[in-house]
Amino acid sequence: MILTINGQAREINQVGTLADLLAQLQLSPERVVVELNGEILCADQLGANALSPGDKIELVQFVGGG
Amino acid sequence: MDNLTIADRTFTSRLMVGTGKFSSNRAMVEAMEHSGCEIVTVALRRVDIDNPADSLLSHIDRERYLLLPNTSGARNAEEAVRLARLARAAGCEPWVKLEVTPDPYYLLPDPVETLKAAEILVKEGFIVLPYMPADPVLARHLEEAGTATLMPLGAPIGTNRGLRTKDLVSIIIEQANIPVVVDAGLGAPSHAAEAMELGADAVLVNTALADTPSPAAMARAFRKGVEAGREAYLAGLGPQRDKAEASSPLTGFLRN
Repeated sequence: MILTINGQAREINQVGTLADLLAQLQLSPERVVVELNGEILCADQLGANALSPGDKIELVQFVGGG
Repeated sequence: MDNLTIADRTFTSRLMVGTGKFSSNRAMVEAMEHSGCEIVTVALRRVDIDNPADSLLSHIDRERYLLLPNTSGARNAEEAVRLARLARAAGCEPWVKLEVTPDPYYLLPDPVETLKAAEILVKEGFIVLPYMPADPVLARHLEEAGTATLMPLGAPIGTNRGLRTKDLVSIIIEQANIPVVVDAGLGAPSHAAEAMELGADAVLVNTALADTPSPAAMARAFRKGVEAGREAYLAGLGPQRDKAEASSPLTGFLRN
């Protein structure tokens, strides 16, 4: 299915939930914050939300900054 | 002990350090250690999912340093509030360095949007440390909104130009009932000392450490600058005069 991840449309297959998506992208849930269609999700919600085509996902993390 | 208290937390260091622009994570960590700081700022950005860099947080000892996420990149209150909420969702304590800088050339903070975001975030339970223009009237409004500190700029971010806003920062310090942290533009330990001599409660530096050949050595120098300035402020500076006043006796000269 097509998902919009960090502003880019991507074909992603064999993922049911955000937890699956993070695993496929090899991102540890401890280091990223996830927004699904504008709503911020806690780490324990990542396995609970089934993804649908067209979902907009933001994956953000801490970087150096002043 | 002459501690710094912000909201309900007490710190022994009055130097805060930003984590941006260091040549390596190692250089960043060394600068943090040598600075003696207890508060470090970080930013939030999209993950490059094709090229995930290693996690910044794996290099920062969270027992030792309070992570202060900033809202850099926000162009208005709405974007800043979103970034603050994301940072809190990442497991940070609800402290945020509020930055709203719509102008990409001077990165000057937007007073209207900063105040608007501060009001929202305070209501949501955040400890808000706002980066702000050195405007004493805005400072009053932010304090009334319930911010934990005031963070007036010395000069535009990353310019190393020093305390160009000295007269206005001095008024902010005089009127504030919350800590004043001079943020942005301080480029030398003497600038930090100057801010502290004026009565600032703390300073925050990043570029001044990161953009030097030896960040750790510069961090030590800044630590001393901050401590010297604070001690001088507490001791009380002597008065300035227009004319000379001899330090040596004006009697007993060897002349006729």
